[in-house]
Amino acid sequence: MIELSDITKTFNTGKQNQFTAVDNVTLAIEPQQITVFKGPSGSGKTSLLSIIGCMARPTSGRIFLHGVAAALPFRNDGGETVEITSLPERFLNEIRRSTFGFIFQQFNLVRGITVLENVMLPAYPTGEGRADFRARAENLLEQFNIARLAGQRSELLSGGEMQRVAIARALINNPSIIIADEPTAHLDSKLSHEFMEIVARLKGEGKTVLIASHDPVVFDSPHIDSVVEMRDGAVVSSRSSR
Amino acid sequence: MILPPAALALVLIGLLVSGMGTYAGYYGMRIIKYWDPGHGTERQLELERRTYLISTIMNYILGFELMSLFLFIYTADDLHTLFTGAMCAAGSLAINSFGYPALLLKIINFLFAGVWLILNYADNRGYDYPLIKIKYELLNLLVPLLVLESVLLFAYFAGIKPDIITSCCGSLFGRDSGSFSGDLAALPHRPMQIACFSGMAITAVSGMFFYLKGRSGYLFSTASAVTFLITIASMLSFICLYIYELPSHHCPFCLLQKEYGYIGYVLYAALFSGAVAGIGVGVLMPFWQVASLVRIIPGMQRRLTVVTLVCYLLFTLIVVWKMSFSALKLG
Amino acid sequence: MKRALERHLNILDFTLASLLRRKAKNFSLLAVYLLVVFMLASLQFFVTALKREAAIILSDTPDLIVQRLSAGRQDLVPVGYAEEIARIRGVTQVRPRLWGYYYDALNGANYTVIASDDPMVAPSRAAVGAGVAKTRNLAVGDLVPLTSYDKTPLMVEIGSIFPHSSDLIAADMIILTPEDFKLLFNFPKGQATDLAVSVRNPKELSTVAAKIADRFPDSRPILKSEIQRTYQSIFDWRGGMTLIILASALLSFIIFAWDRATGLSAEERKEIGILKSIGWETSDVLLLKFWEGTVISLTAFLLGVVLAYGHVFFLSAPLFAQALKGWSVIYPRFQLVPVVDAYQLAVLFFLTVIPYTTATVVPCWRAATTDPDAAMRS
Repeated sequence: MIELSDITKTFNTGKQNQFTAVDNVTLAIEPQQITVFKGPSGSGKTSLLSIIGCMARPTSGRIFLHGVAAALPFRNDGGETVEITSLPERFLNEIRRSTFGFIFQQFNLVRGITVLENVMLPAYPTGEGRADFRARAENLLEQFNIARLAGQRSELLSGGEMQRVAIARALINNPSIIIADEPTAHLDSKLSHEFMEIVARLKGEGKTVLIASHDPVVFDSPHIDSVVEMRDGAVVSSRSSR
Repeated sequence: MILPPAALALVLIGLLVSGMGTYAGYYGMRIIKYWDPGHGTERQLELERRTYLISTIMNYILGFELMSLFLFIYTADDLHTLFTGAMCAAGSLAINSFGYPALLLKIINFLFAGVWLILNYADNRGYDYPLIKIKYELLNLLVPLLVLESVLLFAYFAGIKPDIITSCCGSLFGRDSGSFSGDLAALPHRPMQIACFSGMAITAVSGMFFYLKGRSGYLFSTASAVTFLITIASMLSFICLYIYELPSHHCPFCLLQKEYGYIGYVLYAALFSGAVAGIGVGVLMPFWQVASLVRIIPGMQRRLTVVTLVCYLLFTLIVVWKMSFSALKLG
Repeated sequence: MKRALERHLNILDFTLASLLRRKAKNFSLLAVYLLVVFMLASLQFFVTALKREAAIILSDTPDLIVQRLSAGRQDLVPVGYAEEIARIRGVTQVRPRLWGYYYDALNGANYTVIASDDPMVAPSRAAVGAGVAKTRNLAVGDLVPLTSYDKTPLMVEIGSIFPHSSDLIAADMIILTPEDFKLLFNFPKGQATDLAVSVRNPKELSTVAAKIADRFPDSRPILKSEIQRTYQSIFDWRGGMTLIILASALLSFIIFAWDRATGLSAEERKEIGILKSIGWETSDVLLLKFWEGTVISLTAFLLGVVLAYGHVFFLSAPLFAQALKGWSVIYPRFQLVPVVDAYQLAVLFFLTVIPYTTATVVPCWRAATTDPDAAMRS
């Protein structure tokens, strides 16, 4: 379970243009479920997800990861619970790398290198042997029916193909939590539905999925378990869709 | 004033190193002053990022110091033809009063930077930056030394006037000279041999004890540091003699030359790395109880101990090998 | 240990791919870098080679030369000095030398004229260096008129020409018999240009020199080692001065490198953002940047050194020859003997790679500390 308590993120503190992107959010997210963060753009969904995903640190508040099988490089007194907000960047990163997989709105594939290399990229700095993660990457491409594209340069792909490559890349380090930020913003309805099918399959494999979206295809999907609605950085409502 | 390109290169490196050091030291002071790990404020995030920069800079400084140390000796050696009576680096360095202090400071700074990086490595493994203040206070001790070193280096090259009659290495390190290095050479070889090999033995035994039992870390660290000093004196006292196979050639620099198969590089590299690692063990000792490092330090110390033991063993083996096959036999 | 190595290998692999992807940008940096290394390396090789050549020439000079000073200027030495010097203990031989310069109005060159008892010259038969032979278009057996002191021609036959291999020493030489020499210059009898003194034990050279200076207060004994030293410092000085002139080039290169490292393209910035967002840590990106710098530096360094080697030792350094040799006009062609050692390469490395590395430290760090969530916010 991911537990957030009083999370606030303020930018440009003490300056004229100070603004609060996330305002005092307290929330519990259930494991092995799909949770959708819904709300207009600028409502703080993305900022909140980047804080949960250890990409950014909140200005104040605490986040606890319960029962996360993260490879922690230090002694952890609270058993399976980790408080992540006070950790230095290199430890946050270690947790992020082993625990979270990210799918971005723009897919964010690196241009000029092949699909296979793109998928393997998150594994490069882990120190794992190249042959090992290469086999895993090929396996993932196989799973998403894009093995034939392995040697293709990423900028030559269609939207649907890019999306699958981005998902495969998010899975390369075998994370337990997948974070997707507006994943369907650049997809047509057919591909959006297909994306939700894939996400449902991941849930079936035991992954926790967090999605920020204001696309009805996503938040009205039968596969999702709960919806958190946000506005102006605060949680307006949080309900289970079951 | 002379202007060989190597001197320009060395002065340039001195400037770069002290410039980088000062830059790192300035941000080190800011870190000491504003460090506030409890909050994710923007200033704190910025300071945490600076720590990466300072680590990188210190890594480069260590590398540059090591490379320029050898380049300095080599350049001094190359310059000896400019001076009547100078036969190698030993004579050129004595040409004015800045040569030897610059060399000494270069060695000290190298050791210092090495130990600092060990501390930095440990600190980076702790999740709450446990050593951050000590680390940057030490850094601010190192910076003036780096600056002083480049000043001395510049003074040395600026103060050189070719043709000054100088003592050559024959007299500088000869037994009759009253100078400091002469005293080292005058240390009788028999007791020095005993001291050197006992030092090595004590370091080895205490190192193995520390490795196996995890106790007496200070003893081991002190032993390795003292042995380092004894060994440097022994280089002058007897090791050089066996390598040159000459009963009165005490110069510690000539063995960096091709005639002796560059054996000096291996010897000094082994000795210096062993000393850095050994001193590093002692520097880490006070932090055994720090909660976030409880699991980190013992493992690091064991690895450092292995480094020291291997380096010193390599050194001893080469020396013993040279002594046994040397044409020279000291009574 | 193995993991650390794998990490390096993986990141190095990505570095190489990245460098190839941005060929245009990296190529211009490489070209400028290469040029700087090339210039500095050429200079370094050239000066070292000249030092070596000078040392070879000087090794032929006598251990001790005695000149006479008159009114603070060098004057002729009475041969009588030689006999007295020969009596000093330890001196094995004293040889009065006759030599001077001959200005050739035809092509503005100065030749060195030396009198010798060597059997290769005979009355009216001279031996000349290849340089002289080439400028005057001479062959063995030709008759040459030399303009003597009173403008009357002195006809000499070319008896032999020195081979090119001895060019550095002998290119501008004309060897005559002592009699012809005296005829040519109206050289006074019983005088010599200077005296070459040989000493049995080299350790006694300075003692002998001191005794000579004592006995003949107007004499100036010069040791070979002093000449060598003077030459070495002159070459070092010239090399250093040229280096300082080139320092402006080095400086502009460093500014260029810094600018390049700072001004990341939007594409690169985005890429680093992506890497950070998918789990690369600041130190991973620093490592990437380190390898990038290393690959560029080593490529530029190796290529620059190889090109400089060709420039100096195969083409005889056309870019520097005029500035640095500064000898007589007669040395148009001599092939330098290649001398390259680890020391020279280390100095070059220090002068080029280390400044470059230093200039890029802060920009690389800035790039590496891009916010990981930047990719999400875009």
